[in-house]
Amino acid sequence: MKGMSNIVKTVTRWVAPFIVAFGIYIALTGHLTPGGGFPGGVIIAGCFVLITLAYGKDKVEQVLGLKTAAITDSLAALSFLGMGLLGCVLGKAFLGNFIQSGFPGEAFELLSGGNMPILNLAISFKVGGSLFVVFAFLALFRVIEED
Amino acid sequence: MVLIQVFLVFTIVAAVIAVEAPSALSSVISLGAVGFGLSIAFLWLAAPDIAITQVVVEIVTLVILIRATIGKGVTEIQGNESKPMLIGSLILFGLGAAFFANYLSVFPDFGKSAMDIFSNAPSEAYLQFGLEKSGGTNIVNDILLDFRAYDTLGEASVLFAAILGAITLLQKRVFYEEHKEGVE
Repeated sequence: MKGMSNIVKTVTRWVAPFIVAFGIYIALTGHLTPGGGFPGGVIIAGCFVLITLAYGKDKVEQVLGLKTAAITDSLAALSFLGMGLLGCVLGKAFLGNFIQSGFPGEAFELLSGGNMPILNLAISFKVGGSLFVVFAFLALFRVIEED
Repeated sequence: MVLIQVFLVFTIVAAVIAVEAPSALSSVISLGAVGFGLSIAFLWLAAPDIAITQVVVEIVTLVILIRATIGKGVTEIQGNESKPMLIGSLILFGLGAAFFANYLSVFPDFGKSAMDIFSNAPSEAYLQFGLEKSGGTNIVNDILLDFRAYDTLGEASVLFAAILGAITLLQKRVFYEEHKEGVE
């Protein structure tokens, strides 16, 4: 897979940072405005899919390797579980919102909602990493022709 | 209210075309039309969270489907239905229609919430105590990550297991491909 024409490459180079920033914004302000971890993660994965299609396999390996994506995916899933266990230890129940009951934030502020922003970020990294891994496995490697 | 029905009819027509289309590419494109029609319907029903998710997932799925499946040995399933199968599916369809008609009698009108019918619906408590107990102003995210966080954990683990299985199945192909290239 070699990538596409120069026009596509240039547009991708200009647009890709904004797509990632928008994905992180959607995930980070999920507790305030419509959005959340899942769409934010899919937008981040979509940016890497765009880079893969425009530049090809070798370039995306420098930006985000398959191993890094898989490790991000697993670490995000583990951190979601860890937040749940922390709720067990510090709060009342598994996945309990212990930060909100301890330090309640002001409504409509970025630092509010207790551990919801942390869980949103964990979900977004998890979804982004795993979707990119699936795309890479499906699209980067040639599927054997049926013989 | 008429406009949303137009979009729903458009979605149904696109879904039928996606099943009946002769080539895989036109199938995939009409599948995209289904997704976008659904997302506009969600937006019309004042559910922007689901509309955003629907649009974004639709785009990524479309790209993956086009990039990964088109022109790569899609197998066509052939064969004709036998008579017992047809009778069985007709019986199942009738049973489903009967249950659905029974369900429609207690279902709220299109676009109305369950709170209008049941006085002690749980969504009432969510709306009342959502901001106070979880601190987030987006009630959908409050429910997903605070009241029903256990469901979200289950969803994340389902995604994890599905991707683990997909990678395990596809990894063999990659190894085989590398091995074959090495031999040549």
